[in-house]
Amino acid sequence: MYSRLYKTVVSIPPLLWVGLFLLLPYALMFAHSFWLVRDGVIVQQWNFQNYAKLLQNPVYAKVFFRTARIAASVTLLSLLLGYPLAYFMSFHAGIRKDLLYQLVIVPLWVSYLVRGYAWKTILGSDGVLNGFLQYLHITKEPLSFFLYSSFAVILTLTHIYTPFVFLPLYASLEHIPRNLIEASHDLGASPRATFFRVILPLSIPGLLAGATFAFVLTLGDFLGPMLVGGPSSIMIANIVQSLFGTAYDWPLGATIAVGILLLTIALLFLTERLEKRWAFR
Amino acid sequence: MTTAPPARPIPSPPGGVLLEVRDIAKRFGSREVLKHISLKIASGEFLTLLGESGSGKTTLLRLIAGFEQPTSGEIWMDGARLDSLPPYKRRVNTVFQNYALFPHLSVADNVAYGLRVTGSPSSEVPARVDAALRMVKMQEYSAARPSRLSGGQQQRIALARALVNRPELLLLDEPLSALDANLRKQMQGELKSLQRELGITFLFVTHDQEEAMALSDRIALLKDGALEQVASPREIYARPATSYTAQFIGQTNLLRAEVRDGIATSGNLRWSSNAPNGPTLFSLRPESIQLAAEAAAAPNAVRFQASIRQQVFTGSVEQLEVDCAGQLFRARIPARGVLTGEHEFAFDPVEAVPLSE
Repeated sequence: MYSRLYKTVVSIPPLLWVGLFLLLPYALMFAHSFWLVRDGVIVQQWNFQNYAKLLQNPVYAKVFFRTARIAASVTLLSLLLGYPLAYFMSFHAGIRKDLLYQLVIVPLWVSYLVRGYAWKTILGSDGVLNGFLQYLHITKEPLSFFLYSSFAVILTLTHIYTPFVFLPLYASLEHIPRNLIEASHDLGASPRATFFRVILPLSIPGLLAGATFAFVLTLGDFLGPMLVGGPSSIMIANIVQSLFGTAYDWPLGATIAVGILLLTIALLFLTERLEKRWAFR
Repeated sequence: MTTAPPARPIPSPPGGVLLEVRDIAKRFGSREVLKHISLKIASGEFLTLLGESGSGKTTLLRLIAGFEQPTSGEIWMDGARLDSLPPYKRRVNTVFQNYALFPHLSVADNVAYGLRVTGSPSSEVPARVDAALRMVKMQEYSAARPSRLSGGQQQRIALARALVNRPELLLLDEPLSALDANLRKQMQGELKSLQRELGITFLFVTHDQEEAMALSDRIALLKDGALEQVASPREIYARPATSYTAQFIGQTNLLRAEVRDGIATSGNLRWSSNAPNGPTLFSLRPESIQLAAEAAAAPNAVRFQASIRQQVFTGSVEQLEVDCAGQLFRARIPARGVLTGEHEFAFDPVEAVPLSE
């Protein structure tokens, strides 16, 4: 079919791309995690000090578990928002399906920063929410705890990542043959029983894919906490960012990044196994 | 297109009525899929809805199952309104065209589905599932996933899954159309004997007239959303009401004739007929035309000379195309060697059936 030369030539650009911009940076990151900083200079001296530091200093574990908790909350909330939406659109939207689909997708075209700032103007002390509460005379003074808190971070990230949960869910619901729903009703199952016995089990691959998106993306997020978070909602990626920035400790930052990377790979591996277990035909 | 339906009596079955379709119409947007259909189905009957694709047969089945709502009209079962019930409250089960087995459940769980969701005592479920699987000779596959089974096997599971619920009426939507010819013949036999054994009423949808003839107690022929004729296979074949029926069920010769005072004239042919005066279309089956020399001598048999245009030998019979002064006929005669030139043919005038349109 194709000559050897042709195959070689067309495969060079993608291999080069993956090698230069993916594998090489990862290798550098991995190498950095075994180096150290002495007098403000990175010294290429192989050691395990960074890993020891991570395990010994409880701050890192604390921030890590907070990140995991925020990621779990965002995942749960995105599923609670995304599943009913995907279900409604797939089964009951009729001809409005395409329009609604576009409306769900549109936020993805809007810059992350814009969406983050939008929440700042909503939650801030002279923001829309406080203005509304004072207008209704529910509160006299603006409440300051909306913004710069874990609450604000979870809210913002849920808003940003819900479309990522929605898309695989919607796709998996759309793939359920409609005659299975009819067969279930035909055999005497109410719509509720049909949902739990047919629709939900058959949408598990989409559910897992969506949950993985939300969890993994939140795990590595640093913009959300920067824009709307406070000192009590610093996440692990913020620490990485500051270590690579002002703190200038690339080796320690690289070590945390390696940890996040390994955790993410493990999660993806696990969910892929589960998705296969629940994929039929 | 929306002329009033001809005033025909509602075709009524001999036994007690299980299901009654009363003046059902269905529109999808501006498309009229069913035009005021009325039909009664007897308890224990095997009734086939026969028609081309787009004739409305599947839509009628889906209305009875409850997957669609009629635009107007009523459906009654056992003396109670059926069309106001949701599908999951109807004592009707369906065998779907492509089986619609649940891919995430084993064969046994598929069959048990109806029993479990309707709250049958869990102690009864395994025995009934087992009995249903045995009935379709699939008991050794109970742990398998549907995707591991062949089309014929999936078909059997779909049948067991529907029958395990002991429905009063089983709807079958072209259940054999996905099977190859041999398997289809075999499954036809099994379906028929299963229906006799269980005494459950079957409403069967197909576009295959041979299948309809082989299986049914009665055939309801649909054309463009209206009932063309409802009758037993023998009657619908021997006494087709319309030219469409005559041509759809088996082969036929259509004779355009003029009837005057009990005599029908078509080209060179004249025969006695009690059809009213005026232009009339007649159906004459190919096997009704025989060589005059060999025809059982009916006293008033119509004889005519015709030349052989084409002869096809198919084993036990010869299919002929003959030319009688420009009029072409198809004839089917017992195998008797090669024919050439002119021959005398004959038919019994009672075999020439006047058609309504």
